[in-house]
Amino acid sequence: MDKNKEILEILEKDARTTPEEMAKMLRMTVRTVKEAVNKMEKDGLILKYKTILNKEMIRNEHEDVRALIEVRLTPQKNVGFDRLAERIYQFPEVASCYLMSGTYDLLVVVEGKSIHTVSRFVAEKLSPMENVRGTVTHFILKKYKEDGDILKQPERSKRPAISL
Amino acid sequence: MKKRIIKTVEEMPPSGIRVFFDLVLGMKDVVSLGVGEPDFVTPWNIRESAIYALEEGYTSYTSNKGLIELREAVSNYLKRKYGMEYDPEDEILITVGTSEAFDLAFRAMVTRGDKVLIPTPSYVSYGPITSLCGGKPVYVPTTPEGHFKVDPKDINRLCDKKTKLMLLNYPNNPTGASYSKSELKDISKVILKHDLLMISDEIYCDLTYDFNHVPFPTLPHMKERTLYINGFSKTYAMTGWRIGYAAGPKDIIAAMTKIHQYTMLCASIISQMAALEALKNGERSMYEMKREYKRRREFVIYRLNEIGLPCHKPEGAFYALPSIKGTGLSSMEFSSRLLKEKKVAVVPGTAFGPTGEGLIRISYASSMDKLKEAFIRMEEFLKGLKK
Repeated sequence: MDKNKEILEILEKDARTTPEEMAKMLRMTVRTVKEAVNKMEKDGLILKYKTILNKEMIRNEHEDVRALIEVRLTPQKNVGFDRLAERIYQFPEVASCYLMSGTYDLLVVVEGKSIHTVSRFVAEKLSPMENVRGTVTHFILKKYKEDGDILKQPERSKRPAISL
Repeated sequence: MKKRIIKTVEEMPPSGIRVFFDLVLGMKDVVSLGVGEPDFVTPWNIRESAIYALEEGYTSYTSNKGLIELREAVSNYLKRKYGMEYDPEDEILITVGTSEAFDLAFRAMVTRGDKVLIPTPSYVSYGPITSLCGGKPVYVPTTPEGHFKVDPKDINRLCDKKTKLMLLNYPNNPTGASYSKSELKDISKVILKHDLLMISDEIYCDLTYDFNHVPFPTLPHMKERTLYINGFSKTYAMTGWRIGYAAGPKDIIAAMTKIHQYTMLCASIISQMAALEALKNGERSMYEMKREYKRRREFVIYRLNEIGLPCHKPEGAFYALPSIKGTGLSSMEFSSRLLKEKKVAVVPGTAFGPTGEGLIRISYASSMDKLKEAFIRMEEFLKGLKK
């Protein structure tokens, strides 16, 4: 595996890993690690570093709600879906946006303060848009696992602390 | 009163280490570098297949040798991975962990007066099992200077007419040492010269970092005199399932099967079903794990040398065996004080035989976070000693 890929694998698991630690793990100099990371940041391979919160445990009354919205579109000449997708994903309410195969075209993940805010976004912004042929909205009730992370308190290891 | 316990058992090393282990297990919030098993639970697909097996009512005995499907899967795996040919009918035996495989192998091949060559420091069970069979363990010392590799000259020197068998475990617990093909060839020549049998314990084969693992039976003329032992514990994080296997010449497998059928009968069917799933669909998680271990190894070796516990780079498994001689403490003193003063658990080298004095075993089957923390504490401990 090349060193850049290894750096990405390490950072994807734990973004707090320091260049010094990575240098030790990968037998590189601290400087080369720093240069490689800088270059990947500049090239956009690394977009940013953020903390994954367990939103199932951080419960408060102003909790955001999330909805998955299926959007059917009429594609435009020359640009297909890309231009339409761009018009949609620019809205700050949109957390994710994917072009899909199957019975609909875009899957838009929308986040809002309440069911009403999300509904209003769909009714006022999304549905009236030209070329949007229809939408189906699914609200998320509970999150069990998100992007590989299980949203539970980590279980204590059942492994004895010493064995031969 | 008649003597209740036989002499061989009374004389077995009582594992003074037990006391130390109890101390560790009784203590809370220990950062542990003392484990001999992977730091994650068995992959879900494997666990799920066992649950399914139970639901389907797989709760019976199996054939003594193990499920034929599993023996076939083992046979295919050995062929695909290493080009080794073993007939699932009569050259493979499924055992209750590799531990049972050793027990059977020694009981089938070692009797009163036979000498068995065992490299040391070594995993704890080989010597005592040899003694239980009436055999005499002959320890072949390996040293930090020699990167804990067996020197064929030592085998030559220690062999006599009574020497029947040699045991080799690579990648090694506790030293992490492994062997390249040419190093193994040199050993095989001596084995041939003295007409010895070989038991090759290759349970850590998938954790070889710097070169491809070479199984002992693939060396010229070695297949007919080697019993190959492997299992699922380390590669697929299945230590608690107790499932392993032996592959070897028909006569040896037949003899082992005889003992196995009268003592163990068969390995648990649920574990066998799970092992089958591991062989079918376990490879991806294995490669990911190996990359992770390799990075931990580099980190651990760097840090050990940095804090003043010299250690060469081991080629496999997830162990390092650094020297603590510079501290002037014995292995047991070092480990006990480190545990009491800094709550870091390591295994004293003497757990692996007298040649382990002056050494401690560090396991890097712990998360990077824990490793980092453990090294900060060890560094403080060492600084405290110097004052």
